[in-house]
Amino acid sequence: MPYGYWGRLLEVNLSTGDVKTLQVDKRTMRKYVGGRGLGVKILWDRLGDRWEEIDPLGPDNILLILTGPLTGYYPGSRVCVAGKSPQSNGVVGSTVGGEFGVELKSAGYDGIIITGESEKPVYLWINDDEVEIRDASHLWGKEAKDTLRILTRELIDEMSKKKPLRGLCKEPSILYIGPAGERKVRIAAVAHKLTHAAGYGGYGAVMGAKKLKAIAVKGSGPLPDVADLEGFKKLLDSVCKVLIKEFRMRYWGTGWAGYTVGADTSSEPIRNWQEEWHDEARFGVSFFEKYWIKRFWGDFGCPTTCLKIAFIRSGRFKGVLTDNPDYELQAYLGTNLGIFDPEGNIYLSSRADELGLCGIQTGNVMGFAAELYQRGILTKDDIGFELKWGDVEAFAKLQEMIARREGIGDLLAEGTYRAAVKISEMKKVDVMPYAIQVKGIGVGAHGIRSGLDYTKPTAYVCSLQGGDHTSVSNLDDQNRPGEYEMILLDSIVACWFNYKKQYLYEFFKVVAGWNLTEDEWYGELAPRIAAIQRTLLLLGGPDAYWNPRIHDENPQRFYEPLPSGPKKGALVKREEIEKLKKTYYEAAGWDENGLPKPETLKRLGITELEKALERIRHRLGLT
Amino acid sequence: MPIPGLEIPHLCTQCPGYPCVEACPFDALLVDKNTGAVIVDRDKCTGCGKCIDACPGQIPFIHPRDGYAVICDLCGGDPECVKVCVEAGYNALITTPRSPSEIYKVYARTPQDIAKDLVSKLYGEEWEGWV
Repeated sequence: MPYGYWGRLLEVNLSTGDVKTLQVDKRTMRKYVGGRGLGVKILWDRLGDRWEEIDPLGPDNILLILTGPLTGYYPGSRVCVAGKSPQSNGVVGSTVGGEFGVELKSAGYDGIIITGESEKPVYLWINDDEVEIRDASHLWGKEAKDTLRILTRELIDEMSKKKPLRGLCKEPSILYIGPAGERKVRIAAVAHKLTHAAGYGGYGAVMGAKKLKAIAVKGSGPLPDVADLEGFKKLLDSVCKVLIKEFRMRYWGTGWAGYTVGADTSSEPIRNWQEEWHDEARFGVSFFEKYWIKRFWGDFGCPTTCLKIAFIRSGRFKGVLTDNPDYELQAYLGTNLGIFDPEGNIYLSSRADELGLCGIQTGNVMGFAAELYQRGILTKDDIGFELKWGDVEAFAKLQEMIARREGIGDLLAEGTYRAAVKISEMKKVDVMPYAIQVKGIGVGAHGIRSGLDYTKPTAYVCSLQGGDHTSVSNLDDQNRPGEYEMILLDSIVACWFNYKKQYLYEFFKVVAGWNLTEDEWYGELAPRIAAIQRTLLLLGGPDAYWNPRIHDENPQRFYEPLPSGPKKGALVKREEIEKLKKTYYEAAGWDENGLPKPETLKRLGITELEKALERIRHRLGLT
Repeated sequence: MPIPGLEIPHLCTQCPGYPCVEACPFDALLVDKNTGAVIVDRDKCTGCGKCIDACPGQIPFIHPRDGYAVICDLCGGDPECVKVCVEAGYNALITTPRSPSEIYKVYARTPQDIAKDLVSKLYGEEWEGWV
């Protein structure tokens, strides 16, 4: 048995109700590690030949829930959700924090492969070897917290009845979707616990299309053995000692950034990115802090504890509960909509949780709609009410309409890119310049114009996951593709906030027993995963295709100068991007069109990609 | 835990009177004279579960493999859990000298009971339905 893994995946076919386990051999694990890497490999093997025909929201798509070798060992446990994304039509490794990965591993599986499509609503219950597909009609249509409450109570009761002397049991880990996912809203998230969500990629819609309301897992066994237990204990101790000193993250999570990223680094989206600088002190962390009822929330042994729980006790938003909100939602459901009021922001964030929407994408598409309203392209008749910047009630209403696909919400539920295409047709105006997205995925709340944030000018253009701010294609200090680092984190499935480079490779040694070095990762493993993921992204289909010469590009807005703030006038230049893009392609082993080169494929031993690349070249007219 | 976000310590508090020791039909439970901890005599314990019913917090449980009752023995007076908590820098657990007090009864309750009180303080009354 390999160390750190079970080498066992659970495969569930929802169409037929078949459940089986699959063995994954050691060599595949060593090559693709886990999480995003393994997900890309599985999807390529199973769907690569007919990728363009697979409807992400159809029965042929595969939903993957995967852990990595360091899940449960490296502090900050996460689980990776993958599949053919309904947003980018490629693969997005979307990770969510929480105990799901650990429970899954202690139940004896490294991951779950879900195929097919159920006829009626179901949920999946995994308790060690016992795997059941159960009726979920009593949960269908329920909002997030109701779903969680009913299911948790039901399963705890059942377990304590079955084993009355085992003591009171901790709740099972549950991945679930809200009403948005059920209606196949492309910006729906897969939610976990109270407020956690895997948002990027839109896998909530994939779960909804499969009529899978939730996946609950409870494991009673231990985690797999590690290669060197003593060494592991020592290493864990030292990495925790380093992490616990991260005072800012521990005390304020990412909540401190809602003010500073705007005021200091000028890279926060404001009114659909029309500005990136603000000096609104009332959006500072101390104004959020007073709503926090739980300050140090760490998932499974995480010393960083960046999650806070905000709760509004009185006033018009009484009884609303959400996380921090973290920086991304402060920006996207706050400043990006012109809202600088912490209560309004907490309210919108909580509604996004309840409806099962991805806060980032929802904020992005609502900002887009509000700008169209500002410019008179969308009118009151189209929307049904006035959509002015800063109007919390209006945006809350719009959010509800998106999640339930009512009125204009039906259009916006398709995500920013698809909504822009449709509105352009409908209004006979090109609205694409107002859509702040890359390859179908709304850009994360870190602008590139000021040059002061961690995102470099190429951050989004070459990214394998479009506008995903957790998978940015910066060129690093050694001119290597910076995305390889993100692939590493998504593949071992650990948290970025706990990323300590000097310890990570050591962890591989003590946990999995591998001598993985940085050179090997950057030279062989990461390029292999990236090449496959890139190929699948460019294959695309069936409703959207990407052309690297057109779509490896920033949103139009990033070429306009910043209108305000200390960095007024800053912008990125098209020629500069073109040049950097070429450097990036070169560094990644891709040709001038952004396709992996034949010699790269040969070196990495994945020549089977050639056929798929041929199809892409044919479509782009390159042959 | 019964309510997400509400993690409740669920440990033996060595309550005065020791209802679990009283309840054991096989005299398998003893009280350590130095630490006050309940010690399980594994040879005598049959895993009947009477101690669990007697405990006001349902804290003991039956070991899943070996089938005897598991109760915190305070690691002989120097608990390991306190050591790691201090080492990790949380300092959430500390050792205190034992004193004759009724305070033990505060913690000798089921997490559900504790959660019921806590949740209305934290989230308001409408959340009581969670428990």
